[in-house]
Amino acid sequence: MSTDIMIVGVGGQGTLLASRLLGQVLTAQGFDVKVSEVHGMSQRGGSVVTYVKYGQEVTSPIIQEGEADYILAFELLEAARWLPFLKPSGKLIINTQKLNPMPVITGAEEYPADVLTALRASGADVTALDALTPALEAGSAKAVNVVLLGALAKRMEFPEEVWLNALEKTVPPRFLEMNQKAFALGRS
Amino acid sequence: MKQLYLGNEAVARGLWEAGVAFGSSYPGTPSTEVTEYAATYDEIECEWAPNEKVAMEATLGASIAGARSFCGMKHVGLNVAADPLFTASYTGVNGGMLAIVADDPGMHSSQNEQDSRHYARASKTMMLEPADSADCLAYTRLAFDLGEHFDTPVLLRLTTRVAHSRSLVQSGERVGIPLKPYEKNPGKYVMMPAMARTRHVFVEERIQKQIAFCEDEAFANGLNRIEWHDRKIGVIAAGICYQYAKEALGKRASYLKLGCVYPLPAKAIADFAAQCETVYILEELDDYIEQHCRALGVNVIGKDAFSPLGEYSQALIAKVILGEEKSNLTTDLPIPGRPPVLCVGCPHRALFFSLKKIGVAVSGDIGCYTLGALAPLGMMDTCICMGASISALHGRNKANPGLAGKSVAVLGDSTFIHSGVTGLINIAYNQSNSVVIILDNSITGMTGHQENPTTGKNIKGEPAPFVSLEKLCEAVGIADVRVVDPNELAVTERTIRAALATDQPAVIISRRPCALLKTVKHAPPLKVNKEKCAGCKACMRIGCPAVSMKEGKAEIDFTQCVGCGVCTQLCRFGAIS
Repeated sequence: MSTDIMIVGVGGQGTLLASRLLGQVLTAQGFDVKVSEVHGMSQRGGSVVTYVKYGQEVTSPIIQEGEADYILAFELLEAARWLPFLKPSGKLIINTQKLNPMPVITGAEEYPADVLTALRASGADVTALDALTPALEAGSAKAVNVVLLGALAKRMEFPEEVWLNALEKTVPPRFLEMNQKAFALGRS
Repeated sequence: MKQLYLGNEAVARGLWEAGVAFGSSYPGTPSTEVTEYAATYDEIECEWAPNEKVAMEATLGASIAGARSFCGMKHVGLNVAADPLFTASYTGVNGGMLAIVADDPGMHSSQNEQDSRHYARASKTMMLEPADSADCLAYTRLAFDLGEHFDTPVLLRLTTRVAHSRSLVQSGERVGIPLKPYEKNPGKYVMMPAMARTRHVFVEERIQKQIAFCEDEAFANGLNRIEWHDRKIGVIAAGICYQYAKEALGKRASYLKLGCVYPLPAKAIADFAAQCETVYILEELDDYIEQHCRALGVNVIGKDAFSPLGEYSQALIAKVILGEEKSNLTTDLPIPGRPPVLCVGCPHRALFFSLKKIGVAVSGDIGCYTLGALAPLGMMDTCICMGASISALHGRNKANPGLAGKSVAVLGDSTFIHSGVTGLINIAYNQSNSVVIILDNSITGMTGHQENPTTGKNIKGEPAPFVSLEKLCEAVGIADVRVVDPNELAVTERTIRAALATDQPAVIISRRPCALLKTVKHAPPLKVNKEKCAGCKACMRIGCPAVSMKEGKAEIDFTQCVGCGVCTQLCRFGAIS
């Protein structure tokens, strides 16, 4: 049995870096780890998902409906899209930022109102936070991914230094300080 | 210590450890990172080739010269390289030669879902298929030993979930493989009828030896493997399907894991099946292993229970074989789709907008710009394969001259070099009144920014001679060659209209670098002056993800906008600045 984490969002939001960093943390903890990524066309502003699984032994690298222990959603609508992948006992951590998909921009469809209420009504264990404000406080909207990792770290039982080490290994040196700040804000 | 390696990264590590000295590839998702990672090893002379055929031919040349060598490509790239592949099978190798081909079940980033295993059988070339990153490294190393032993090129088949998943790998050291001596040997390397007839005999004998290897030695070295658990269910699988099956069925099934998918063993399969109550063949895409089993008279369940479409998963296997499904959470929210889009600031958006305004049919091609087919631009009539935009436009205009002057071809700089230039030569030579627009964004975009012969840099980012698109087009016989910046909407529209109005072939080079390039400096985000905004939605017509309407006025998302200024040109009220 593995513990399964999904990172979902919109192409360009930095989900790949988040999954790589998480992979580093879990490897450092001595687990068997698999991370499945999205590259290519689907990265271009579309709905993206990466899978991170860890445990004694991990076989399949992907996560299916009803299997995720955690879903870390970088965008509100994407949280709703991927909700069926959460275990009934799983945890959903959501950035409340909204990014309009093209069918909404063109007016063909509507961004549903009150997504959070619907998610809570589904019975999911929901933590909602605005990750954009702390990311901007740390120095860039691009740091949303690390703020959210901070929020995930708070709910996982690994020492903080393991996360900070992974951050140092994954992030380019000139962005390290900003990301350390973003992580701390997400974790607080 | 074991480390997380992307499947493609583990292949690259395996290439380095195997002593590979040369590699040539054309980028294609999900294969691209193999060559990018290989290029980080100084001992491997790596190149981006103009296309997969050139890459494979260069690789065979390196092999004949005595070096261990590789080429990498996506599944459709193997179609382009099929010509050298079939004959490389006859010549065999000197230094080992590995062709890495990555299939894309589910078409995450492809125009079809072809199954490359058929190429192994058709060209009679040994094919290995890893199931995770550790396999990727081990099989890559093994492929060179096998290839040199059997005197054959070897194919390594990846699928998206193996190529783009990270798992733990214990890496090793590079083996010292000196160049093998080169000896002139026309009987082996000059494939004209008299010699090729002899080599075909060799190929048929080679397959028999390889089958014997797959029955026996391949089990001893772990390439093929049986795991006995409960024998009510037997699973025969290769690659990622083995992982899905293990997760779905665990010890409730026994497994025959095939690391070599061509050739396939006969006796080992029949023996395994005879000891299981029900045998499932779990393979994405075609019934390749299943057909082999049926030909052997082995009774199996395959495509009668599983689809030839898309990807499999542990959930699918558990549902079909065990009838088990996981409970989950749902909402009844209507959830709008989120298809991929042209990036904010993408120069293709402006070009497609101009084409839409003029109202032409667009013969499209393979690249980021294929996204111009989607709403609200919707500016593509056809998209077939690399380079087909130009050749298909020629056929269209020749067969129906009434359509000339109302249609254009669009393709990127890298795609043009890959196989567009041959189509352009055809247009010039056979004189069709065709307008070709080369979207020169100074990079190979969709696959994640690879250099190409037009960018002036090689795979390592070092300066390299560059192809002048203008001069190349003129040299093949196109007299009317124009260059525009697509973000200058008025000029671009005038230029396209002018080219369409003439009665001779024309090329327009639409030149502006990809907005994601690190060298591109962006302007500050634009803002809407709400008092000036009339809410006419003219700025919405370009389908920019950063522009939306809020309470009847346009709004620009400052976290996304890169200040390209295309929407500014559309606003008649001067509300965007």
